[in-house]
Amino acid sequence: MTVTTQSTDRPGVIHARPVRHPGRWLGVAIIVIVVAMLISSLVTNPLWDFGYTFQIMQQKSVIQGLWLGTLLGTVGSMIIGVVLGVILAIMRLSDNPVLRGAAFVYIWFFRSMPRYVLLAVLATGIGYLYNTLDVGVPFGQQLAGAVGLESDLTFFTFRWDDFSSTVWIGILALGLSEAAYMAEIARAGILSVDKGQAEAAQALGMSSGQAMRRIILPQAMRVIVPPTGNETIAMVKDTSLFIAANIITELFYQTTLFGSRSFKIIPGLMAATLWYLIVCSVLMVGQSYLERYFGRGYGAVPKKTKVKIMKIEADH
Amino acid sequence: MATAPSTPADEMPLVRAVNVLKSFSGNQVLKGIDMDVHRGEVVCLLGPSGSGKTTFLRCINQLETIDGGRIWVDGDLMGYEDRAGTLYRLNNKRIAAQRREIGMCFQRFNLFPHKTVLENVMEAPIQVKGEKKDVVEKRAIDLLAKVGLADKPSAYPGQLSGGQQQRVAIARALCMQPKLMLFDEPTSALDPELVGEVLTTMRELAETGMTMIVVTHEMAFARDVADRVVFMDGGVVVEQGHPKDVINNPQHPRTQTFLRRMAAEDHTKIPDPAPMVDGTATDIL
Repeated sequence: MTVTTQSTDRPGVIHARPVRHPGRWLGVAIIVIVVAMLISSLVTNPLWDFGYTFQIMQQKSVIQGLWLGTLLGTVGSMIIGVVLGVILAIMRLSDNPVLRGAAFVYIWFFRSMPRYVLLAVLATGIGYLYNTLDVGVPFGQQLAGAVGLESDLTFFTFRWDDFSSTVWIGILALGLSEAAYMAEIARAGILSVDKGQAEAAQALGMSSGQAMRRIILPQAMRVIVPPTGNETIAMVKDTSLFIAANIITELFYQTTLFGSRSFKIIPGLMAATLWYLIVCSVLMVGQSYLERYFGRGYGAVPKKTKVKIMKIEADH
Repeated sequence: MATAPSTPADEMPLVRAVNVLKSFSGNQVLKGIDMDVHRGEVVCLLGPSGSGKTTFLRCINQLETIDGGRIWVDGDLMGYEDRAGTLYRLNNKRIAAQRREIGMCFQRFNLFPHKTVLENVMEAPIQVKGEKKDVVEKRAIDLLAKVGLADKPSAYPGQLSGGQQQRVAIARALCMQPKLMLFDEPTSALDPELVGEVLTTMRELAETGMTMIVVTHEMAFARDVADRVVFMDGGVVVEQGHPKDVINNPQHPRTQTFLRRMAAEDHTKIPDPAPMVDGTATDIL
């Protein structure tokens, strides 16, 4: 039996009732109320005093704290952290058990050490143990005494106090701490690269160093960059701990100083907040560019490479 | 102890393996392989999976270190230095130098995904041999043309088909101007319709007189291109000889069983266009 259907009987365009989402509407309502409360506070409470906030933000000492404390501290400690972290990651993947063990102990220690405490230890604790730092042969003074040498086998000396409350001690402390986290990130990145890549590089006659630098690390960067961006942004905020090492050329200390001197606490705190928001926003934009660059060959082609490719194609 | 080859260098085979032993955590994979490969010869290694043919290939360029025996390539003892009867392991730098003379293509291609096709081909001659960029670029473009990819220098490996990627891998290996080419199941990871283009490239390479050792399951390729086929099973060479003799008229029962099974697989492949078995079989490979 055949079924013949008139064209008028056939189902046409669908005008169905959509599914209701009462939960979403509830969420929207709560957000609207919270935002309204916030705006009401900002508008009605004169203690916010945004005029004074903007004034604090532009003070010379605040700007100096931003550049020479927060930004220099972030860049410096991230450089130490990344370089030392990659070295530690390669050590952890080494065949040599001593190198592996040393990296493990380093990572264990610095991950367990709160940054605030570490800053305090390096800034004041070391100075308590040694007034001057002498770099030379271990047990050099004792050895020289025993053998009867003139020199005490010290190559150079510097006074810890000259160093202890400068931004450099902050950079050192946060850099050492960061290296422990970067080591784990770099290790995950290196392990994410297919083993065949190292084999192909070896089969072409590359040394293991060349294979690491030219083939493995560039691919590992795709995995390393996003968490490193997060670490950098976290580091911007962690420079506010510098006060533990008596470093006062730093954004947060300087803004709150204005706030507490004038008894206008909130403008002081807000000045720091706004600067941190600005700096972190800029870093997030930079991070997305870096991710595009290291993601090449996996979809998105960066503009610079596109131009280069067009040039190569034009040449042939 | 194996005796050092006494024949003069020009008469000596390009590859000489004597009593090669290799085990992985107690599992003896190679149980004494002897093999000579002469200059210009194309040798296909056949055998069931687990027979040790890929391991042997990887031992030749030191991707695996051998436990026993010796391998010479072009008169060089691979991986060791023999000083008055005592073997000294070579450092990584010298092993890397030995590998420069040997090109290798992998089952999974292993192109560098963050570099374009042209950069892949040019990488090693510039970085490893320190050759001039313009010289290498010219050679790389010639090689890409030879493997039929003259139009793809700026593509990334991820934008190419498997067959194209394997041909780039061949060009990449050739750009180092090796004396010897090793192929480790170069078509096993490819869709059936892409196998032909890679085999054609390899056949053309064989015609140029390149010495090649090929681990493969492609019987037609072995029959038509190889000068000699070597059948391995259980870590030993079971049978070897001219491809027509070994493939058409195998003497050893294990060779006969293997070839019968391969022939049966070939037969079922052709008439049935979409069998589930075929799909899963390629996945396992």
